[in-house]
Amino acid sequence: MLSETPILQLDGLSKTFNVRPIFGRATQVEALRNVSLSLHPGRALALVGESGSGKSTVGRMIVGHHRPTAGRILFEGRDIAELTSRADQMRYRQAVQMVFQDPFSALNPAHTIRHHLARALSLHQPEVDPEAALRAILEDVELDPISTPAKFPHELSGGQRQRVNFARALAVKARLIVADEPTSMLDVSIRKSILGLMQRLKAEHGLAILYITHDIATAEYLAEETAVMFRGQVVEQGPTASVVGAPQHGYTRLLRAAVPDPALRLTGSDAGFAAEAQRVRAASVPPVAQMRDVALGHRIAEHAEVTHA
Amino acid sequence: MSALLSVEGLRVDYLTAHAPFTAVRDISFEIRPNEILGLAGESGCGKSTVAYALMRLHKPPALVRKGRILFQGRDVLSFSDKELRAWRWSEVSMVFQSAMNSLNPVMTIFRQFHDMLRAHGPVTRADAMDRTAQMLEMVGISADRMHAHPHQLSGGMRQRVALALALSLQPKLILMDEPTTALDVVVQREILQEVLRLKDKLGFSVLFITHDIALMAQISDRIGIMRAGEIVEIGAAEQIVSAPAHAYTRSLWEAMPTLAPQMEGATHVV
Ligand SMILES: Nc1ncnc2c1ncn2[C@@H]1O[C@H](COP(=O)(O)OP(=O)(O)OP(=O)(O)O)[C@@H](O)[C@H]1O
Ligand SMILES: Nc1ncnc2c1ncn2[C@@H]1O[C@H](COP(=O)(O)OP(=O)(O)OP(=O)(O)O)[C@@H](O)[C@H]1O
Ligand SMILES: [Mg+2]
Ligand SMILES: [Mg+2]
Repeated sequence: MLSETPILQLDGLSKTFNVRPIFGRATQVEALRNVSLSLHPGRALALVGESGSGKSTVGRMIVGHHRPTAGRILFEGRDIAELTSRADQMRYRQAVQMVFQDPFSALNPAHTIRHHLARALSLHQPEVDPEAALRAILEDVELDPISTPAKFPHELSGGQRQRVNFARALAVKARLIVADEPTSMLDVSIRKSILGLMQRLKAEHGLAILYITHDIATAEYLAEETAVMFRGQVVEQGPTASVVGAPQHGYTRLLRAAVPDPALRLTGSDAGFAAEAQRVRAASVPPVAQMRDVALGHRIAEHAEVTHA
Repeated sequence: MSALLSVEGLRVDYLTAHAPFTAVRDISFEIRPNEILGLAGESGCGKSTVAYALMRLHKPPALVRKGRILFQGRDVLSFSDKELRAWRWSEVSMVFQSAMNSLNPVMTIFRQFHDMLRAHGPVTRADAMDRTAQMLEMVGISADRMHAHPHQLSGGMRQRVALALALSLQPKLILMDEPTTALDVVVQREILQEVLRLKDKLGFSVLFITHDIALMAQISDRIGIMRAGEIVEIGAAEQIVSAPAHAYTRSLWEAMPTLAPQMEGATHVV
């Protein structure tokens, strides 16, 4: 169905962290277990799931913060572990940019917006007139090209800072953006406009976006595909309309049912939800034996063995 | 019913190089025993400033210009440092916004519980461990993670730790500033139901700050809507949801992201 080859493929990716405390025994955390995903140019893949399920670890491994314990990360078909020359590594680091939840974290408070963007522009687009390029990029992310360059990060709102982060990705001509909860610290109104911006970057610049989020409603808006993670494994994936609209795996159904509904009051005496959550979790922990097709491109995990505790 | 906390004409300014900026404008409200009061409003409207002032954790350039804060009839603004130290965490505690970053990065989770418990009375190491294990399990973190450092936990796990810390001395009032924003909705709902269960059992009040108004409607008894330092509307949760009086409240509801209806089957699995 898709003409282009994936820009990024995760192939059986696993990551185990060894945690050595000063007191107590050493433990191992299996943050990712055999994760396979693919991403296409001009499209967005939403990564949703349990908190602590490994979503950020996937993002951090893509940008090279951690090495895989097993499995491969392929960028345009090439294993990134085999990018040994400095030039190749540089090219990859430029092509793949990360945008974080906290719009402040990636900006240096001591430097103006001009400084942040001009550096990136001169390094990655030396051929163009820097002032014109700066203006064009600010316009592209819907920031005022006249007043913004001289401002410092603290003089911008959270939403505006997040736009600067996207502008920086454009300045280095990124082709894949890993956005780790880019809107969760923003207001609903601003959130919509940042989602609109990502939508446009995807459509107009052909950027691929890995969109890590807790907000399924926004995944529905932005992402063509959605993958649901639980305890380091992908338990359901496929077209967003079908994964979110008609979830099949127990964990996804639970997630979908827990989206706050103002008409439903929570009470302390309702043990039903917690009991159901516990049952679903227990059933979703065992290794995924295989992914079963439930609809076109929509697959759910079948777990190795279900322990009835 | 007499209020647990009452705020009368509270005004908080930030002293800037130019004219002082009034972040909280003469607001009054009360929190009743066992009540969950929701406080909603857009970024920058002053929600966190209110919470810090209530706990007297505001620091310069923030300045409480006028007003009174009464906790069980005691005037909080006139507490001595000693009174404050004894009062904070044991009677009023707080889960900070971006709680995930409010933990001390160089201390293990256990150390942070131990320090907090020790500051409020003698406790043996073994007892502190038991208590830590119990509190962590309560928020769904396995007890053996108590020896981890914050960076070894996911964002959501750190947030749960912060919540467990705030609950651990069984205060009468807990200020929760966006306590569940970094969590998935399943854990969010479990934790909030757990908070409700503990509230039924132990009896405490909550000031619940969030910009997720759908979530706020699910757990608050009353809701206050803030804009630009003022409370524009305050009332019973049902009224704020189904019959908002103020145009601004209605606009918040309209901006709320919604999910498309499910294609098949029931909306709820349970
Ligand atoms: N550097 C590390 N050392 C040890 N364990 C780690 C490290 N980084 C992550 N982990 C563990 O890996 C697991 C996955 O963490 P990750 O941050 O990827 O989760 P997440 O899905 O992004 O969660 P959240 O939604 O809460 O942000 C967690 O159990 C976490 O404690
Ligand atoms: N240290 C400070 N100096 C000057 N102004 C400040 C300071 N801290 C906060 N403000 C201003 O006070 C106002 C209220 O801020 P506050 O953090 O209370 O808002 P909030 O409602 O909690 O917002 P959010 O939803 O983004 O957390 C804002 O306009 C903010 O810019
Ligand atoms: Mg994360
Ligand atoms: Mg705040």
